[in-house]
Amino acid sequence: MSVIVDVEHLKKYFPVQKSFFEKLFTRTSSYVKAVDDISFSINEGEVFTLAGESGCGKTTTGMILAMLLTPSGGKILFDGTEIAGLRSEELRLLRRRIQIIFQDPYASLNPRMRIGEAVGHPLEIHGLATGVDKRNRVLEILEKVGLTPPERFVDLYPHELSGGQRQRVAIARSIILRPEFIVADEPVSMLDVSIRTVLIDLMMELRKDLGLTYLFITHDLAVAKYISDRIAIMYLGKIVEIGDKEEVFSNPLHPYTKALLSAVPVPDPERKRETVELKGEVPSAIQVPLGCRFHPRCPYAFAKCSEEEPHLIAVGKKHHAACHLVKG
Amino acid sequence: MPLLEVDSLTVEYWTRRGIIRAVDNVSFTLDKGEMLGLVGESGSGKSTLGHSLVHLLPTQGSIVGGHIRIGGKDVVGYSEEEMRSIRGEKIAFVFQDPMTSLNPVKKIGEHIIELIQTHKPNVSGEEALRFAEAALNDVGISTERINDYPHQFSGGMRQRIMIALAIALNPDIVIADEPTTALDVIVQAKIMDLLRDLCDAHGMALILITHDISVVLERCKKVIVMYAGNFVECADSVSLHNDPKHPYTQGLLRTVPNIELAEQRLEGITGSPPDLLDLPSGCRFWPRCPQAMEVCHMKGPPMVELENGRYVRCFLYGGLEQ
Amino acid sequence: MVLLGSGIVLSIVVMTLIAPWISPYNPSALNVGPIRSPPSPQFPLGTNHLGQDMLSRVLCGGSIMLQVSVLSVFLCLAIGVPIGLVSSYVGGAVDKIFSLITDSIYAFPGLVLAITIAAMLGRGAVNMAISIAVVYIPSYFRIVRSHVLTIKELQYTVAARAIGAKWYTILFRYILPNVVPSILSVATVNFADATLTAAGLTFVGLGVTKDIPDWGWDLTDGRVLLPSGAWWVITFPGIMIILLALGFTLIGEGLSELLNPRLEQ
Repeated sequence: MSVIVDVEHLKKYFPVQKSFFEKLFTRTSSYVKAVDDISFSINEGEVFTLAGESGCGKTTTGMILAMLLTPSGGKILFDGTEIAGLRSEELRLLRRRIQIIFQDPYASLNPRMRIGEAVGHPLEIHGLATGVDKRNRVLEILEKVGLTPPERFVDLYPHELSGGQRQRVAIARSIILRPEFIVADEPVSMLDVSIRTVLIDLMMELRKDLGLTYLFITHDLAVAKYISDRIAIMYLGKIVEIGDKEEVFSNPLHPYTKALLSAVPVPDPERKRETVELKGEVPSAIQVPLGCRFHPRCPYAFAKCSEEEPHLIAVGKKHHAACHLVKG
Repeated sequence: MPLLEVDSLTVEYWTRRGIIRAVDNVSFTLDKGEMLGLVGESGSGKSTLGHSLVHLLPTQGSIVGGHIRIGGKDVVGYSEEEMRSIRGEKIAFVFQDPMTSLNPVKKIGEHIIELIQTHKPNVSGEEALRFAEAALNDVGISTERINDYPHQFSGGMRQRIMIALAIALNPDIVIADEPTTALDVIVQAKIMDLLRDLCDAHGMALILITHDISVVLERCKKVIVMYAGNFVECADSVSLHNDPKHPYTQGLLRTVPNIELAEQRLEGITGSPPDLLDLPSGCRFWPRCPQAMEVCHMKGPPMVELENGRYVRCFLYGGLEQ
Repeated sequence: MVLLGSGIVLSIVVMTLIAPWISPYNPSALNVGPIRSPPSPQFPLGTNHLGQDMLSRVLCGGSIMLQVSVLSVFLCLAIGVPIGLVSSYVGGAVDKIFSLITDSIYAFPGLVLAITIAAMLGRGAVNMAISIAVVYIPSYFRIVRSHVLTIKELQYTVAARAIGAKWYTILFRYILPNVVPSILSVATVNFADATLTAAGLTFVGLGVTKDIPDWGWDLTDGRVLLPSGAWWVITFPGIMIILLALGFTLIGEGLSELLNPRLEQ
């Protein structure tokens, strides 16, 4: 399997707005370290999941990979090409190959654009099809995402569709250019539970059909387990564990991963589980704890954890964890 | 006598497009210390039902039929004043969104103290303060923070404050409307643990309203599944999980990923919940039901009682004679 | 409300358009009747101090006002909206400069500023329109800007970037259509205000020249004639001005009520 996306030491810091007095009297600026030096690669054709709780940096990472945010540091290689420093024309060409599906089906479609227009717009922008040809392609894609009969949907406005249907439109818009790589940012978390599976299955089918690679961003680990090939767990801007899905779920190494997995509700009333208790709450990304950023909440923390930041260590093949308790 | 008895309750909303019957003739009971899960998707009416039990419906909504008996007394006809006297003391409500449900200019201690003093005017300031501290303690918030403002707390902590407000007067029944939807999974687990501990410690009964069937199956003894304003199945969680009767319940269980299972085949339910202003004829679920029969298009099935206290609303299990 | 307002405005427009044909007399013709005579069968709205027929003057006098309103709104839309769009989308120093300019203009009381500019430019309908436009452009700028700033961050705008749309495409096909409802609201208030300001400018002598029949002139003359008991000269034109402004306002209020529920969605 070849690597299609290679991320090296990616950083994204957002400057914190200072009040007028702070600007006058302080020299230093503080930053929200949303993404703080992460590295990973995504193989062609796989579903790579970035999982974690809110504020861990997964959405920011996704936005950077979809070229909607510029990184503060690090390198991103897509099929060998460095994304970060591209000029707008080259960037636009690359948008044919990298696309994104957003979380909120109620906000990601222009309320004043008909469905057919919205889905066909990428074709127009890139000069790939016009007129009848464009319409045919739009109808074809709408059919592909399950909006049948497509003729009925082409002239509707977003507010006339349900959440699930809108998300199908969002998917249609993202695949009409036949991209290779799609960033899916929590694509089903705002939908009713009974529809989530339907849409996820659709996305997986499209993957097979069109040879797609997904970066799937989610906080729902049960869904992550269902669809991922490989998964990375993020905490406060860092990747704390990464590996093949089987490995990470059956043998979680990092205490945070263990806590996270133990907290996921299991639809089985007779199952008794051990929950790993964590102290406190997620700290702010402005004042990141020294050493291992997880140590203030970790039930197994010892002296070294507050002094030295652990790096990802390989444990077995295809499984890495960043924890002083983990031996390679 | 059960703590809460809901009998043939119907709630309607007035909208510009017509009258919506959000809750249609539902009945159930709740006993002391019981944890009941009310599960349904958008448009099912579960949230409306919860709000109606404490008379907190928006102005366009009203209870148009049925009875709500709390400790034997029917509160459907209660005035706002009478409701105020039992809200908090007999039955409490935890709102969904902790971000907007707290007053940003009041300290959290003040929230609780004001609640206590409204209900028990004879309580001195000192005593009320002690009550408030005890409530905060119960939900795991350090009493040192009693003078902090809501914005100084995280989402999870604000939800705890909401729960503290709900339990401050030791109510018999607590209704929690999607208490953890806006929260991360670790915090969710902690809040659910907290609710369970409080129920055990104070002997409270809890109605958990949510769309998350995993949480319901994991935490609740009794489950009611709601669809388009109707109750479609009521059972204890073990039976529901091992042997779901209603096709909708079966469908729901097939869509939920279980993190503990190695291999899973998930299946969605085709179609989407109906528009309450344009309900299908007969059974409301038939357009999406893989087992729909002729009669389902024509008549709505009644609730049928099965053995050991289970109820189903489906012709597959009876009800044709009526 | 919209229907009522539109009805009023439309009737006045029609009246003004067909006025040349239905006026019993030439509105500027002097001494068609006895001076200062009260309403009578021959002169249903009376005559003024120059012996001009008030009915004819009322029928024809709205024309300038309507022209000025339309022209000023047109200028505002043509200048204020694009500047607002581009400035707020681009942001940075450009936005700061334009905001500063428009805020400064906005700080002046409208009528005073209009009078000042009209005085500088001279008389005539076009100049009136220009001075009113200058006063009103900041309102368009502000409302466009506030909406653009919000919409810029909404997901569907980000989605447009993601599919590769250029900035002007995003601005005109994604942002502008969603700002239009609010622009319409401002435009109708603009119409109403322009009507009143035009009357005001003519009233102080900075509008059109005396030979053109205009309700503003009638107000000026009427004011002087009032103490002598000739109430009809100021009253009827005055009512027409109010009606026209009211009509526009009703349309504006009605529209904003209609459009707002959907905006909130």
